[in-house]
Amino acid sequence: MEWAVFLPAAALAVAGGVGVVAARQPVHSAIALLIVLAALAVTYLVLAAQFVAVLQVIIYAGAIVVLFLFVIMLLNVRSGEDLPVKLPRQAAVAAVAAGVYLTALLVAVLGAARPFPPAPDGFGTAQAVGAALLADYLLPFELAAVIMLVGIVAAVLLGRRPPAGRGDR
Amino acid sequence: MVPATAYLALSAVLFTLGAAGVLVRRNALIVFMSVELMLNAVNLAFVTFARQHLSIDGQVIVFFVLVVAAVEVVVGLALIGEIFRSRETVDIDDVDLLRG
Amino acid sequence: MEALAPARVVLLLAWPLAGWLANGLLGRRLGRLGPGLVGSAAVGASFLTASWLLAAYRALGPEAGPVPVPLGPWFGAGDLVVDAGLLVDPLSLTMALVVSGVGFLIHVYAIGYMAGDAHPARFFAYLNLFVFAMLLLVTAGNLLVLFVGWELVGVCSYLLIGFWFDRPAAATAGRKAFVTNRVGDAAFLLGLFLLFTAVGSLDILTVGEAAAALPAGVRLAAALLLFAGATGKSAQLPLHVWLPDAMEGPTPVSALIHAATMVTAGVFLIARLGGLFLAVPEAMAVVAAVGALTAFFAATVALRQHDLKRVLAYSTISQLGYMFVAMGAFAPAAGLFHLVTHAFFKALLFLAAGSVMHATHDVIDVRRLGGLARPLRWTAAGFAVGGLALAGVPPFAGFFSKDLILEHAFALGMATGNYVPYLLGLLTAFVTAVYITRAALLTFAGQPAEPGAHPHEAPPVMLWPMVLLAVLSASGGLLGARAAGEPLLHFLEPVLPHLGGPLAEVHAPAGPLMALSVATALAGIALGWTVHRGRRDPAGGAFGVFLERRWYIDALYEVALLRPARALGRWLAGPVDLGAIDGLVNGVGRAAMRLGAGVRRWQTGYARQYALGVLVGGVLILVFWMLR
Repeated sequence: MEWAVFLPAAALAVAGGVGVVAARQPVHSAIALLIVLAALAVTYLVLAAQFVAVLQVIIYAGAIVVLFLFVIMLLNVRSGEDLPVKLPRQAAVAAVAAGVYLTALLVAVLGAARPFPPAPDGFGTAQAVGAALLADYLLPFELAAVIMLVGIVAAVLLGRRPPAGRGDR
Repeated sequence: MVPATAYLALSAVLFTLGAAGVLVRRNALIVFMSVELMLNAVNLAFVTFARQHLSIDGQVIVFFVLVVAAVEVVVGLALIGEIFRSRETVDIDDVDLLRG
Repeated sequence: MEALAPARVVLLLAWPLAGWLANGLLGRRLGRLGPGLVGSAAVGASFLTASWLLAAYRALGPEAGPVPVPLGPWFGAGDLVVDAGLLVDPLSLTMALVVSGVGFLIHVYAIGYMAGDAHPARFFAYLNLFVFAMLLLVTAGNLLVLFVGWELVGVCSYLLIGFWFDRPAAATAGRKAFVTNRVGDAAFLLGLFLLFTAVGSLDILTVGEAAAALPAGVRLAAALLLFAGATGKSAQLPLHVWLPDAMEGPTPVSALIHAATMVTAGVFLIARLGGLFLAVPEAMAVVAAVGALTAFFAATVALRQHDLKRVLAYSTISQLGYMFVAMGAFAPAAGLFHLVTHAFFKALLFLAAGSVMHATHDVIDVRRLGGLARPLRWTAAGFAVGGLALAGVPPFAGFFSKDLILEHAFALGMATGNYVPYLLGLLTAFVTAVYITRAALLTFAGQPAEPGAHPHEAPPVMLWPMVLLAVLSASGGLLGARAAGEPLLHFLEPVLPHLGGPLAEVHAPAGPLMALSVATALAGIALGWTVHRGRRDPAGGAFGVFLERRWYIDALYEVALLRPARALGRWLAGPVDLGAIDGLVNGVGRAAMRLGAGVRRWQTGYARQYALGVLVGGVLILVFWMLR
C-alpha cells in the first residue's frame, strides 16, 4: 500500500528535479523546485516525520521558493545561456563524474534493503521533535537563532543601495 | 512494504541531479536552486535513517538543515543581487577574477 | 707567605689591565698627553709591584721553591678540570721585572714618539693590554692560562703592527704576523692536548714533575710540538717571516714587543717546561740546531738590508737563535741571561732608530741617511752602546751573555761531538759585528746622503729611557759575570739548573773561549769599518742579492704556499660558493617558483570547475570507502 504513495511521489520528485536542472527560464526552474518540495513532503509523511513535512512546506515551499521568485523577478534575469561558452569540456566531464557517483551511491545504498521496524506512537510529532530540540539540542537551537540574526543583518547590509554619488556607477 | 533502499535510491538520484545542475548550468540562480535540490535530497536521507533506527535525532538534524538553508538562501540571494547588479547577466562564469 | 697572597700577586696584572680599561674607555677625554701618562703609570706600578714581590720572595729564604698562587677553579669539561692560577718563582719574577721595567721605559719613550699621533688613547690602551697579557703569560701557573696569555699577546701584536691600519703595508703585516703565529699555535695546542692526555693535568708544576716518567715517544712528540709553537712566536726558521714585516708598526711597538718581550715568549716556554725538555735529548738537539741555523741565517740577511729597522729585526731573530742554542745546550739559565741583556740593548737600538725616524720625518732607509752623528749626539751614543753590546764587546752586557752561551755550546760539542752549534754561533758573532757596524756607519757617519735636511735631537722624554737602557746595556753583564758572582744565574738555579743534563760533568775551557769571542767581535767590527767606511755599501754581487732577498725564503713561501692558497680561496669563493652553494639555494627558490607557476594553472577562477573538482574528489573518496 505504501508503494501506491511512494511511487507517484518519487516520480514527481524526479521529474521536478530534472525540471529544476534543465529548465531554460529560472522561473520554470523555481516552479519545478516547488513540485519537488511537495513530493518530498508527502514522502516525509509516509516516513512518520509529520512535523518535518509541515516545516518543509512552510519554510521551504512557502518562504524560500517565494524568495527565489522575488529575486528572479527583481533582477529581470535573462537566461544567460546564449553567451560564449568558456568551459567547453565541463559538461562532458561533469556527466561522467555524476554518472560514476550515482552508480557508487546506488551500490552503497543497496545494502540497506530491510523493512522498517514499526514506529511507536508519537514518533515524528511536533512534541517529539520539540522535546528533543529543547532538551538534548538546546545549544544548537539557540545558535540557530543567532545564525538567523546574522543572516538578517547580512541581508540588510548587502541589500542596501549605496549612498548617492559614491563609486564607479 | 517499501524498503529503505527505495527512499535512499531516490535521495541518491535527486542528489546527483542537483550536483549535475551545479556543474552544468551557468545561470547563477539555477545553480543555487540546484544546491537546494541537493539539500533536500540529503534531508530525505536523514528522515529515512531516522525512521529506520527510530531515532528522533535524524529529524532534528533536518530541522536544522531547514533553518540554515533558509538563512543561506537569504544571504546568497542578497549576494547574487549585489554581484550581478552592475552586470546585465547572471552568468557565473563571468566572475572569474580570482584566477592565478 | 702572606706577602705573596693571591691578591697581591694579581695586583701585578691588575695595573696594566686597569690602564687598558682606562685608556680604552676614557682615553679620548684624557687629552693629548693623558693616555701616555696613564699607560706609563700603570706599567710603572707593575714594575714596583714586581720588585716588591721579588723582595717578598727572597725573604722566604734560599730554600723556598716555587710558590703557586691559586685563583680558584676556572672551568671543567669532563675529565678536564682547569684551575686558574699563577706561579711565583725566580723565572717568573725575572721575566716580570724585565717586561715591566723595560716596558715602563718604552712607554715613557712612546709619550714623546707618539706625541703627534691622532689616536694616543688607542695606542696606549693596546700597549697596556699587551703588558698585561705578557705578564699573564710569564706568571701563569697552568698551561692553559699561559696559552691565554700567549694568544692575547699575539692579538695585541696584530693590533699594534697594524696600528696605522689605513696603510696597506701595515695591515698586511699584521695579518701575516697573526697567521704565521697561528701555524705555531696549532702545534702548541697539539702539544697541550698530548700533555694533558698523558699527564692528566695542565698544571705546570705537575707537568714538570711527571715529564720524566712519560713514555719516550710521548715526551719527544710533546717537546717537539711545543717547540714548534715556540718557533712561531719567537720567529725562528721556518716561521720567522712575520718579524721583519712587523716593523711597519710604530717603533715603540717594535722595541717592546718584537725585541724585548713577546718574541722571547718561545724561549720562556722552553725554560718554563724545563723538566720536560731536559728529559728529551733528541728534542734538545733539534732546538739547538734550529737556533744555530736561524742565528746564522738571520745575521747574514741583516748584512744586506737597507731599512734600519729591518736590520734590527733580523738581528733580533738571530739573537733569539742564540737563546735557543743555549736551551738546546742544556744551559737554560744562560739563555735567560741573554734574554735579559738582549732586552736591554735591543730595546736601546730600536729606540735609537726611532729617534732617527723622529729626526728625519720617518726616513729609515740607510741609503738616504748619514751624517747624523753630530746633530743626534745622544742618539748616536746610544746606538753605539747598543751596537757594542750586540756585537759582544766587553765590558758591555751582550758580551757576557753571548760568551756564556758559546761556552755552553762548546761544552755540548765536547759532550756529544756535535760542534755545529758552536761553530755557527761563533761565525754568527762575527757577522753580527759586521752588520751592526755597517748599520751604524751608514746611518750616522760621513755626510748626509740627502743634503738640505735639518735633523734635530729627540726631546728629553725620549732620551732618558735611552740613557737608562744604555746604562743597563753597559752594566747588565754584572748579572751573570763570574767576577760578580753570577747573581742572576744563582737566583734562577732552583728553576733552571745551571748545567743540566749530559753537560753536568763537562767543563769547557772558559778563558780561551772568551778570548776567541772577543777577537771575533773585534775582527768583525774591523771588517765592517773597512768595508763601509765613508758610507760605502758594496752590493756584493749575486751573493749579496741572495742575502738581500733573504735567501729567497719569502719568495719560496709566496710561490709554494701563498699563491696556491689564494687560488684556492678564489676557487672556493667563485665556483664553489657562488656557483654551487648559492646555485643550490637559489635553485630551491627557482624550483619552488616553477612549481608554483605550474600549480597556478589550476586556479582558473571558474567556480564551476572548482565544484567539479569537489565532486571528483567526493567520488574518489566514496569509492575508496566502499572498496575497503
